[in-house]
Amino acid sequence: MNTDIWIYIETENGKALNVGYELINAARPIAAEKNSKIVALVVGKNILKAAQDAIGYGADSALILDADEYASYSTDAYTEAITYLINKYNPETMMFGATTNGRDMAPRIACRVSTGLTADCTDIGIDEASGCVRWTRPTFGGNLMADIICPERRPQMGTVRPGVFRKAEFDSSRKGNIVDETANIHIDPEHIRTKLLEHVDVVAEAVNLEDADVIVAGGRGIGSVDNIHLLEELAEVSGGTVACSRPVAEAGWMNHNRQVGQSGKTVSPSVYFAIGISGAVQHTAGMQGSGTIIAINSDPEAPIFDIADYGIVGDLNAIVPALTKKLKERKM
Amino acid sequence: MNICVCIKQVPDTNRIKIDPVTNTLVRKGVPSIINPFDTYAVEMAAKLKEEYGGKVVVISMGPAQASKALRVCLSVGADEAYLISDRAFGGSDTLATGYILAGAIKKIEELEDLKFDLIFCGKQAIDGDTAQVGPQIAEQLGLAQATYALDVSCTDDHAIVKREVDGGYDTVLVQTPAVVTVVHTDQMPRYATYSTRCEAKKKQVHVLSSAELSELDLAQCGLSGSPTRVVNTYTPSVQKLGIMIEGSSTTELVDKLVGILDDKRLL
Repeated sequence: MNTDIWIYIETENGKALNVGYELINAARPIAAEKNSKIVALVVGKNILKAAQDAIGYGADSALILDADEYASYSTDAYTEAITYLINKYNPETMMFGATTNGRDMAPRIACRVSTGLTADCTDIGIDEASGCVRWTRPTFGGNLMADIICPERRPQMGTVRPGVFRKAEFDSSRKGNIVDETANIHIDPEHIRTKLLEHVDVVAEAVNLEDADVIVAGGRGIGSVDNIHLLEELAEVSGGTVACSRPVAEAGWMNHNRQVGQSGKTVSPSVYFAIGISGAVQHTAGMQGSGTIIAINSDPEAPIFDIADYGIVGDLNAIVPALTKKLKERKM
Repeated sequence: MNICVCIKQVPDTNRIKIDPVTNTLVRKGVPSIINPFDTYAVEMAAKLKEEYGGKVVVISMGPAQASKALRVCLSVGADEAYLISDRAFGGSDTLATGYILAGAIKKIEELEDLKFDLIFCGKQAIDGDTAQVGPQIAEQLGLAQATYALDVSCTDDHAIVKREVDGGYDTVLVQTPAVVTVVHTDQMPRYATYSTRCEAKKKQVHVLSSAELSELDLAQCGLSGSPTRVVNTYTPSVQKLGIMIEGSSTTELVDKLVGILDDKRLL
């Protein structure tokens, strides 16, 4: 057993998803205190660049699996390969991004190596009493936070939400070993019991709320789909991205991939405009880490004002266009 | 086509309140419901049974009162119901829960003299929100898995699963038997009618305790079988300025806000 912290770097067509690099940065304080090495585990096809970048983003070294059988994700191949590596190297800690695939695979691996896994964390640190990693996650629909540890078994494992942490500044001068384990693992094709037949992109435009610096989010209070343009115009002038709360996505006024909250995305932009959003825990669980929260709502009692830095009580149909206009003038 | 559906009775998290004095969860008076994702799994199983025949068996691990949730499932398409209940199972984390449910599923196959082609779970329970038990049942049973299913159709030894993924969906061919976790689909769960409710009342909810599930190693169940420990719970706290901008006109409000944004160099 060693004290290594492994960060799983998920890739898609050879490109790393940001969450892996975010987790490298999130693990650095723990690594510093525990004197641990951070190892990026990169799996996919043509992923050498992703592994090199992981070192630039703060990993000490990387382990890679780079072959056709990993070109598209399968539960069986990835579980078998990663379990082999865990048994070979015995890392102390392992973190995955809480993505669709991360949450598909991590429980399977944790079960195979018979260890504890904490789901969908929004913070990580060290539990003082035990010295274990402290995994913090919202539960009961975001009404309660829980700190969880895995005292006895190793690796201690967790999935961590994308967008909660920021990746470090890229440092091209960092050096680290890249160990290619591909040749040591042979997955029997019979073991892969699923086959991807088709991938369909439903959403025309990619939305990357997790990386947005400014978010303009609308709630039920915007009244109708015809008012979405008010948000879009404010977003355009403030360099932001449009998002929404659950009722808006459920009404079909905006696509689900723009939904922020416990059942949507977790975001932490520098500025978050909450417009016509009441502030149910369901929503705030996904945005309370934002730098500055500005709430505009007609109801002075709306709970969103309890978590806002700046609040305006009033009619959003008047205030939002006036704000957009003012910001536009200021720019000129 | 025999299908096992794992369900959970949960508090309606939309109606949970925090006691402002003690800062703890007030569970009193919060209604228990069937985990919403599980109701879609039950509906999907009922539809597949209508198409391919076979049996739908619904199971739940929990206290005695969870039999109420199971009986509801009997009135909306399930044929048999099993409550997995024992003090020794209390306090299980996802690893221990997956172990117990997998053991129960094997036992039920024996008792019902059938093999399940599919095992369904809701994608996650709205109280714990882990989404881990489905994959961990699959691992314990050594089966293939497909998570986040929107739709399932079947051939002889395969299922075709439409999975919800970021930005779209995947269509995946999965070897059966398999574990499938189900999301919020367009197929609204059916309502019970007077007659299906009467039928359900006549049926028995079978109870399996550690005595019936004698092959389970109790060291792997409950608290002792759970590698994770909750060391602290608390209500989310936020450190915010909480400044209300006052003004008598829209122009004044907006000017003040933009002034602050400028001062803080925020936009």
